[in-house]
Amino acid sequence: MAVVRVLILRAPGANCDLETAFAYEKAGAVAERVHVNRLKENPRLLDQYQVLTIPGGFTYGDDVAAGRILAVQMRTYLSDALERFRDQGKLILGICNGFQALLKAGLLVPPAPEGVPATLAINEPPGFVDRWVRLRAEPGKCPFLQGYAVWEAPIAHGEGRFVCASPEVYNRLAQSGQIVLRYVNEAGEVGPYPANPNGSQGNVAGICDGTGLILGMMPHPERHILPTQHPQWTRRGLAEEGDGLRLFRNAVQFFQKW
Amino acid sequence: MRWEVEVLPVREARGADAPRSAEPSADAPCSGSVESRVYLLDGQLDAELVSRIAAELLTDPVVETFRIRPGNLPDGEPASAELPPFTVTILPKPGVMDPVAQSVEAAIQDLGFPPVRVRTGRRFAGPPRKSPQELRAWALEELANEAVEEVHPGPLPPEVWLSEPPAAPVQVRRVALDEADDAELLRISREGQLSLSLAEMRAIQEYFRVLGREPTDVELETLAQTWSEHCSHKTLKGAIADERKPDQLLYRNLLKETIFYATQEIRRQLGPDDWCVSVFADNAGIVRFAEGMHVCFKVETHNHPSAIEPYGGANTGLGGVIRDVLGTGLGGRPICNTDVFCFAPPDYPAEQIPAGVLPPRRIQQGVVAGVRDYGNRMGIPTLNGAICYHPRYLANPLVFCGTVGLVPAGKEFKRVESGDLIVAVGGRTGRDGIHGATFSSAELTHQSEQLSGGAVQIGNAITEKKLLDVLLQARDRGLYRAITDCGAGGFSSAVGEMGAAVGAEVHLDRPPLKYAGLTYCEIWISEAQERMVLAVPPDSWPELQRLCEAEDVEATVLGTFVASGKLKLFYQGVQVADLDMRFLHEGRPPVVRKVSFLEGTGDLTPAARQMGGMTSPAHQTARLTSPARPAMLDHKQMLVRLLGSWNVCSKETVIRQYDHEVQGGTVIKPLVGATLDGPGDAAVITPLLGSERGVAVGCGINPYYGDLDPYWMAASVIDEAIRNVVAVGADPSRVALLDNFCWGNTERPEVLGSLVRAAEACRDVALAYRTPFISGKDSLNNEFKSDKVHLVIPPTLLISALGQVPDVRQCVTMDLKTPGNYLFVIGKTEAEFGGSHFHLLTGQEGGIVPRVDLELAPRIFAAVHQAIRHGWLRACHDLSEGGLAVAVAEMAFAGGWGAVVFLDAVPLAETARTLPHPQQLLTALYAESNTRFLCEVDPEHAAALEHHLELLGVPYGQVGWVTEEPRLRIYDREEPKHELLLDADLAELKDAWQRPLRQL
Repeated sequence: MAVVRVLILRAPGANCDLETAFAYEKAGAVAERVHVNRLKENPRLLDQYQVLTIPGGFTYGDDVAAGRILAVQMRTYLSDALERFRDQGKLILGICNGFQALLKAGLLVPPAPEGVPATLAINEPPGFVDRWVRLRAEPGKCPFLQGYAVWEAPIAHGEGRFVCASPEVYNRLAQSGQIVLRYVNEAGEVGPYPANPNGSQGNVAGICDGTGLILGMMPHPERHILPTQHPQWTRRGLAEEGDGLRLFRNAVQFFQKW
Repeated sequence: MRWEVEVLPVREARGADAPRSAEPSADAPCSGSVESRVYLLDGQLDAELVSRIAAELLTDPVVETFRIRPGNLPDGEPASAELPPFTVTILPKPGVMDPVAQSVEAAIQDLGFPPVRVRTGRRFAGPPRKSPQELRAWALEELANEAVEEVHPGPLPPEVWLSEPPAAPVQVRRVALDEADDAELLRISREGQLSLSLAEMRAIQEYFRVLGREPTDVELETLAQTWSEHCSHKTLKGAIADERKPDQLLYRNLLKETIFYATQEIRRQLGPDDWCVSVFADNAGIVRFAEGMHVCFKVETHNHPSAIEPYGGANTGLGGVIRDVLGTGLGGRPICNTDVFCFAPPDYPAEQIPAGVLPPRRIQQGVVAGVRDYGNRMGIPTLNGAICYHPRYLANPLVFCGTVGLVPAGKEFKRVESGDLIVAVGGRTGRDGIHGATFSSAELTHQSEQLSGGAVQIGNAITEKKLLDVLLQARDRGLYRAITDCGAGGFSSAVGEMGAAVGAEVHLDRPPLKYAGLTYCEIWISEAQERMVLAVPPDSWPELQRLCEAEDVEATVLGTFVASGKLKLFYQGVQVADLDMRFLHEGRPPVVRKVSFLEGTGDLTPAARQMGGMTSPAHQTARLTSPARPAMLDHKQMLVRLLGSWNVCSKETVIRQYDHEVQGGTVIKPLVGATLDGPGDAAVITPLLGSERGVAVGCGINPYYGDLDPYWMAASVIDEAIRNVVAVGADPSRVALLDNFCWGNTERPEVLGSLVRAAEACRDVALAYRTPFISGKDSLNNEFKSDKVHLVIPPTLLISALGQVPDVRQCVTMDLKTPGNYLFVIGKTEAEFGGSHFHLLTGQEGGIVPRVDLELAPRIFAAVHQAIRHGWLRACHDLSEGGLAVAVAEMAFAGGWGAVVFLDAVPLAETARTLPHPQQLLTALYAESNTRFLCEVDPEHAAALEHHLELLGVPYGQVGWVTEEPRLRIYDREEPKHELLLDADLAELKDAWQRPLRQL
């Protein structure tokens, strides 16, 4: 089987790159951490990879707003390269800060004439929070989430409240099957805080673009690869593997089936 | 042209969110106040360009809107003239780190716009109908900190748009010492903020008399930095004499003969099995961890800066200790952070807070936010910590920040060679943090805020993260021979230390500056953050330079290490310093401090205790000063009060603000249990992903014991730190310890006496437990003086434990797991109530501070560890504040299962067994004796465990079991005719434990 190569984008302040590389390697891929300056110098570098992942962190300090400056960089220097990447049927994943950057760069929901369609705003209740959440996947055509139903992963962010500019935008996303991950309660149902940890509209935890090839999500699947990463393994016993591993394996298998 | 962009929220007004400046967690100051962000732009800009910058970069159009205003109107009208009335704008003072401004400047250029100078600020609508002076006062009270921020009521004055300060003229300044008498020497030291003593000033005078010249200002500064208490630890490394027999030295070097000695002795005993690698030598202590990989650990304090500017103080405290690890060996990769804070209780009466002291609540909010913002941005999990409350931390909060790092084998030592280039990497040098080292070596006063504002800084975590990223690559490529951080004393300390054995020549006109106008002296001693110094072989410089450029990190050659034994400084071609390294590092006159010990009794008058005078470990007789009749006591109410006390209550609201899972290695989280809110004893990480070998981090601290008996306080907090890591599964034969002494003014003999006793306990307990100390730090002079009050902190020793877990899959958490399982108390209980929470809440003074049994304790640790490795323990929790009562309640509500406990089964020490029955019950329930664990055991394993404990001669008792019904029931004995002492619903207990910090 062909080797699947993953580019993990390092920008100043990205800080989940090592564990994201570990997750991809555990899933059978070859992961390389590449600085955004290298990609700015030579966007064709992307041609060597099948998957692009923007990991979690605080790129540029999240100054002004989370992911904003990385989004500006992506729009200014990389928009052609990224669109070409997607048009070639390759995969892009943004986790946490990566989701914020992808959304603000307009790669998940294209900018509409009436303005920016959606954002990730300051949590409600406000403040940075690290805790485990339960997620329900509605994978649709998103390759990353195939085979997922209800699963667990941690969140760690202060700006993760998904908000659409209008009800129409939200409805359009829902109807087109782009809302692929929602925060749910113990019963697996959408519900208010604490099931919805940050006040997201419709409990949205992750969305994909119209093709399904680009996924952005606030929770950290790369923090749930090993069974010992689960916060309750001393109570429940050790599972075979962490819930998040499948997501990375899906990405690898997507190309191996190709 | 100058412009102001104001960004306002549109959908919802929010005052409590974290603005990225000095006081992020300031609560919404009053109803109706709306916060907006302000950007001041200065450059080749027209209205259209500013609108584009505002729209594309500064505003999130889904939730925000913006307004732009010209900064200088043609008719000379002031900026923002049409602002709504009663507006207050808060800006970081010029020269104070403004990370957002830096990012915006860079991003504007990225967008292809012309270069722009940026300042950022935040704006509030103040209370109506106030004069500008009243608005200013209101903002300073509620929102801003004058140490680092400026407040502008109403329209902004034109001077907020900064102009570049003029370059400082080169003018070598000499200080006239030769003719100076003692009074003049002291005046020079005081007015120069040098914190040098008379003996030290005389030694310097003598040195320059021999040279036949006067010192330059920068020479004097260099000596002051290097000789400061902060940098040289002259008290702890100095000689100690008894006040009554001053010619007889008790110690020549206190640390060397107590704490270092214990470590050396343990290493000698271990022989070939010695697992220490580098102790008390480098920025952090290093021990062996796994094949080819060592682990290092350092804990620092940042107390004085945090008292004046809590956010910046804590922020840079953490940034500094991370750089310590980055500068250990040839560089450690940080894998987790720890934070321990000591504050006055948040409900301290406002009217009793002296002028010049921030309210404890604001200190706590600022400190927590400072640690959060730096640690989270660095991508280092904050895993372990504690918040410790005592009224005497009011003016002197303590902020301890620690970092654990991985150092590959082969990269544990550094050396500097003649000819190596002196290279500075990372942040730029500014006027921030001038005199930090000397400032932190003195006591605080009500004026410290004005005098020492320059000593306080705000960090920029992303600058440090970039530095970390390139330095680890440079380390792995072998591009430098030595590395150290720029901490206290700045370049002066870093270069002075690295070049101590060689010699150095430095050109002070070379470091990149944040702004012009700095003198060479300021450049040399600036403590600007996020800088490291490397010794780079000339051949490696081009590659290092390319690597730094590739990731936008500034690197500059400052000079060369030269085998001259001299420290020479130059500025624009002029030599401004020429000092012998030997005099710099060995010329300080030895310090002999006097001690006295207040022997004999635990009944020190409260007044004497307030001043930091303490009792000794003297042989107190066993006395129990608790209420004689437990029947008088409502145990349920007592437990509710214990759980709700500031020291015991849940710290979840703080812990959740820290990312404790980044890097993916956290396998035992700080919060555990059925609903992930139980107080874990220690967190465990697997820093090498995919390996099962773990690191556990724990801590011990107890100022209430310290007030009564510093010796047994120190012994107790060592025991507590080890207990914490052993309880989750760390191997007690591989625990390394760190000490952080925070004391008052040790020039008072009785204060130093208490410190000596604590150091002696460290020696004795480390030797008995065979747990070596590998690093430490002290912070003295934690006192506050004004005309009205003199406040002294209680003697405070933080012990941090670095444990190693052979296989994390055997780890145990403290939450109860299964109804029907047995509960065992392991370890023996004495009638030890001195400094206990039981005494605290029942208003009792004195009593015996918990001791440790130096012979039995190591056996208990080994026994518990083996039981964990056998898989016999389903849950394990250490007993500390509040004793058994608190421990069993915590285990029960963390697990969501109830418990039944019979107190007669708790193993008591012989002395306690002779007490009347009611006092025995109190002892079993509330005493805080050391080296005790409460364990949950499957009945299937009970016999094996009992056999194991008996074989090892470890006291234990099967004290009860886990119940399905969520209630805690405590009986005096198991027989049918027993008395039910306590019967409580778990939900009620948990609520009592969670409520205090939730209310904050």
